[in-house]
Amino acid sequence: MVSKHDRNPGIPLDLGWVHEARVNLSATQRRTATLVARRSLKKQWQAAWLLRAVTSIDLTTLAGDDTPGRIHRLCAKARQPIRPDILAALDMGETPITVGAVCVYPSRVRDAAAALIGAAIPVASVATGFPAGPTPLPQRLGEIEAAVADGASEIDIVINRNLALNEEWEALYDEVKQMRAVCGPAHLKTILATGELGTLRRVRKASLVCMMAGADFIKTSTGKEKVNATLEVSLIMARAVRDYWERAGYRIGFKPAGGISSAKQALQWQILIKEELGDDWLNPQLFRFGASSLLGDIERQLSHYATGNYAARHHIPMS
Amino acid sequence: MNVAEIFESMSYGPAPESRAAADRWLDDHQRQFGLFINNQFMAAGGGATMATHDPATGALLAQVADAQADDVDAAVKAAREACKSWRATPDHERARYLYAIARHIQKHDRLLAVLESLDNGKPIRESRDIDTQLVARHFYYHAGWAQLRSQRLPGYEPVGVVGQVIPWNFPLLMLAWKIAPAIAMGNTVVLKPAPYTPLTALLFAEIVAEAGLPPGVINIVTGGDETGALLTTHADVDKVAFTGSTAVGRIIRRATAGTGKKLSLELGGKSPFIVFDDADLDAAVEGVVDAIWFNQGQVCCAGSRLLVQESAANRFHTKLKRRMAQLRVGDPLDKGVDIGAIVDWIQHEHIDRWVKTGVAEGAELFQPDIDLPGDGCFYPPTLFTNVEPASSIAQEEIFGPVLVSMSFRTPAEAVALANNTRYGLAASVWSENVNLVLDVASKIRAGTVWVNSTNLFDAASGFGGYRESGYGREGGQEGLYEYLRPAWKKRHTPQAANELSLAEFVAAWGSHTPARPAALPLQTNGVKSAAANHTAPKLDRTPKMYIGGAQKRPDGHYTQTIYGKGGVVVGQVGDGNRKDIRDAVEAAHKAHLAKPGWSARHGHNRAQILYFVAENLEARADEFARRLALMTGQPVKSAAAEAAAAVQRLFTYAAWADKMGGAVQETTLRGVTLAVHEPVGVIGIACPDKFPLLGFVSLLAPAIARGNTVVIIPSQPHPLSATDFYQVLATSDVPAGVVNIVTGNRDHLTKTLAAHEDVDAMWYFGGAEGATAVEYLSTSNMKRTWVDYGYERDWLSQEQGEGEAFLRQAIQVKNIWVPTGE
Repeated sequence: MVSKHDRNPGIPLDLGWVHEARVNLSATQRRTATLVARRSLKKQWQAAWLLRAVTSIDLTTLAGDDTPGRIHRLCAKARQPIRPDILAALDMGETPITVGAVCVYPSRVRDAAAALIGAAIPVASVATGFPAGPTPLPQRLGEIEAAVADGASEIDIVINRNLALNEEWEALYDEVKQMRAVCGPAHLKTILATGELGTLRRVRKASLVCMMAGADFIKTSTGKEKVNATLEVSLIMARAVRDYWERAGYRIGFKPAGGISSAKQALQWQILIKEELGDDWLNPQLFRFGASSLLGDIERQLSHYATGNYAARHHIPMS
Repeated sequence: MNVAEIFESMSYGPAPESRAAADRWLDDHQRQFGLFINNQFMAAGGGATMATHDPATGALLAQVADAQADDVDAAVKAAREACKSWRATPDHERARYLYAIARHIQKHDRLLAVLESLDNGKPIRESRDIDTQLVARHFYYHAGWAQLRSQRLPGYEPVGVVGQVIPWNFPLLMLAWKIAPAIAMGNTVVLKPAPYTPLTALLFAEIVAEAGLPPGVINIVTGGDETGALLTTHADVDKVAFTGSTAVGRIIRRATAGTGKKLSLELGGKSPFIVFDDADLDAAVEGVVDAIWFNQGQVCCAGSRLLVQESAANRFHTKLKRRMAQLRVGDPLDKGVDIGAIVDWIQHEHIDRWVKTGVAEGAELFQPDIDLPGDGCFYPPTLFTNVEPASSIAQEEIFGPVLVSMSFRTPAEAVALANNTRYGLAASVWSENVNLVLDVASKIRAGTVWVNSTNLFDAASGFGGYRESGYGREGGQEGLYEYLRPAWKKRHTPQAANELSLAEFVAAWGSHTPARPAALPLQTNGVKSAAANHTAPKLDRTPKMYIGGAQKRPDGHYTQTIYGKGGVVVGQVGDGNRKDIRDAVEAAHKAHLAKPGWSARHGHNRAQILYFVAENLEARADEFARRLALMTGQPVKSAAAEAAAAVQRLFTYAAWADKMGGAVQETTLRGVTLAVHEPVGVIGIACPDKFPLLGFVSLLAPAIARGNTVVIIPSQPHPLSATDFYQVLATSDVPAGVVNIVTGNRDHLTKTLAAHEDVDAMWYFGGAEGATAVEYLSTSNMKRTWVDYGYERDWLSQEQGEGEAFLRQAIQVKNIWVPTGE
């Protein structure tokens, strides 16, 4: 299931390519509306896809009141996201199922890393003045360095929206490139905060600039904007990823985040990825959900598949 | 496959929609269906039946009646009987019935969708999400028109009994498009579904009965082509509406020629799908999917001719091929299937034959490596590149999932390629440049143009074709007129059948031996000749043809003598022949190609010219009145009234020149749907004998006011007012070729004009026989016709002599769908 690929080193900024971006809103909306109506997953197909979705979740807590105890609880759920009896009923008892990563604030990276010792689950940290981002660049870079030093192997940065809004692509490219440099071996996810970019065309341009600057993932949202992940922005970002793969030769990951809380939505995003990018992308190396409550709903649906009955919320262990 | 395997492969599995309820419904009827007449199912008289199958499996679904002549007669009688009370049913009551039908369709829409997919083979996603939704919408929309008929359409009456024949590609949707406007306007209906796909019409019949519609308002007769012919040629059918192939449309037009039946035809297409290099190419790829792999490509308006700007062609083809590999072909009832079954093996063979032709012609074939079900009538999505306009697969309608791709360099070339077709049903144009797309949309000759979108439909937007894609519109206010006639005008009913076959009659009609000098002795009517008076003779003045803004001698060099009251010679005109018509049509086209072309001029400019014509006619009104009196023998006073009325009529159409541009249709699109009223093109006009000036002006003025150019044949016995009129035209800034006047034998000239393949419409105001011939001959290029069957109109009255009825003949509606949003 895991396809090997070279890490994106970034390429020189190609403004001609950036400005070629064309996005038609109505056609985009029609595609997303019909895409999810064109495919349907039932029975064991639904169960298998949802299990795959679990492995792509960045199980997230980004709250001001996060404590070491809260992080511990989250990491325990990350290690065992689905109740063993459900997995057994699906004949998946032998297959190790964990989430894709645990995602926390930089100050909680140490707690998470400690809680995940022995588990092959990366710790992801948001950084660079998350979620708004207007912190001076040296501090933003320092935040990345600190998170990496504390054990984060994935860094979710937010791009500087004012640069995107004013189409100062060289400046954005330079910032992201510096962030990538300080990440070192840690993978860089660039959050576009699409809900604040105004148009899909700008989303496509910002996606390209981030990939050219060396992003390993492009991510829709912080979860804190008024509008977070939508199928429309996801379609446009996925197409930008495909464009970059076809023209630059590197596979970039995609992470929708914010507002994806139901199993049904998870399937819609997986369908979108399969149709637009292909099966290669349907694994945690190239696809993540940024979500906090999605896992619970998926677990209930899997329980339903396993038992034939609709599950009670309180039968599902909390994260 | 188990969960673990799927967890690895991430493949799709089956997701079948249940067919249990549909099977139960078929079983309830013992899988045997009769004809639906007077809200009851009854066996066909002769007991003949025909089978209908599930194309995905070949399994027999049911037997339906194969209606014979007596059965069709019974259905038409039922409709005629019901028509008496239905047409008198108050608007609000009719509206309630349509509303009830819409509601009941929604209540049963899943059963309708499943049955449609079973019978036709189309994917359940389409029958569920598109067809049935549009069906309900069509009845809701027309419930509204039923409510508003008297207020919004005063002076009109329902036509009466309507015979409708529909195709198999959208069985239920075409039924809705036919029935909803017909019954909303107060007509009753006999509808014949296609033999491949009769079942949803029969379920619809039950739903109609459940909704409480009075018996006889809707009657459904199943049967084959014979049944269709019986229905369309039934003497008591007042209007025929047909959707299907151009070949069959042509047969119907000929068969109904001269019967006085109204006729609307929605025929074939080879619609262009134009992609400019500044389009959202990924979006345009999805557009192609919706254009040609919707309903297996069995769509009359399918975007089957891809035109890609050369600079983007390689990129676009790469994207398209990748996308084609994602298409899923299979069980139509599977919710995850994009392409279902071809309706029948006969169609499958037809498609395959075209694909083989394409390969033989040297086009490059691409079919993705995807799974097709082992059996059942399936065809893979197919793309041809390296296709040229001269390839037959670029010209002919394939009616299957086969796309041909060509490239262009400039917008002008894109338009030229798009219009290089005998059809004109639809087009799709993709570019993010608003100036470019709207300009191209305005230049494409098609009834529907989708900007950055494709295959969008809505009841509020009239659907129909230009050119050989047919005439009449379905949907919108423009569609209602197909089911109405002016209250003052009764239907023409033909005399007993001619001894000759129609073809023989038409072949013989309009023959003419060139004219000779007037026979001696000349009638003088008591006036002494110049010789007898020993005075100088009157200066000879022989009007010529008026072609391309110049006076031309008749090609044949023959001259026709014109007699006034008592047989007195009042003048001579050229005796035109087919070459004069040919030249006149060429000149009429040139007037469109000029810079600026007549149709491209502003309405204001055309109005100014028409006012100028009126001004110059008025200046010579006395002379025209004297000429009229001399030719027709009417008193000078009434002749003066005719001349004055002609001036007034020019004012009327000068007024209309800038007031009928179109409307914004209230469709379900976010954005605007523009109903643009475009000129028809080149119109041939044969004037009535009577009212030599007013009849001429009343027909000429609306045509040119709306941007058409004309070839006009004046009153045959009294042509001199028209030939006098060209001096008025020449002094009024009317550009060369806008009006071309050919004198001579009306029917002889009409014969060439009506059959001319580069004339877009023919208006004929001669007798019933000529009307028959014109309607018959129009099938050369399926031009629109407007004939009076010899009915003498009161040209002086406003009701009969002018108005919107004339203007509607002078326009065709193009709906441009413009989605908005950034």
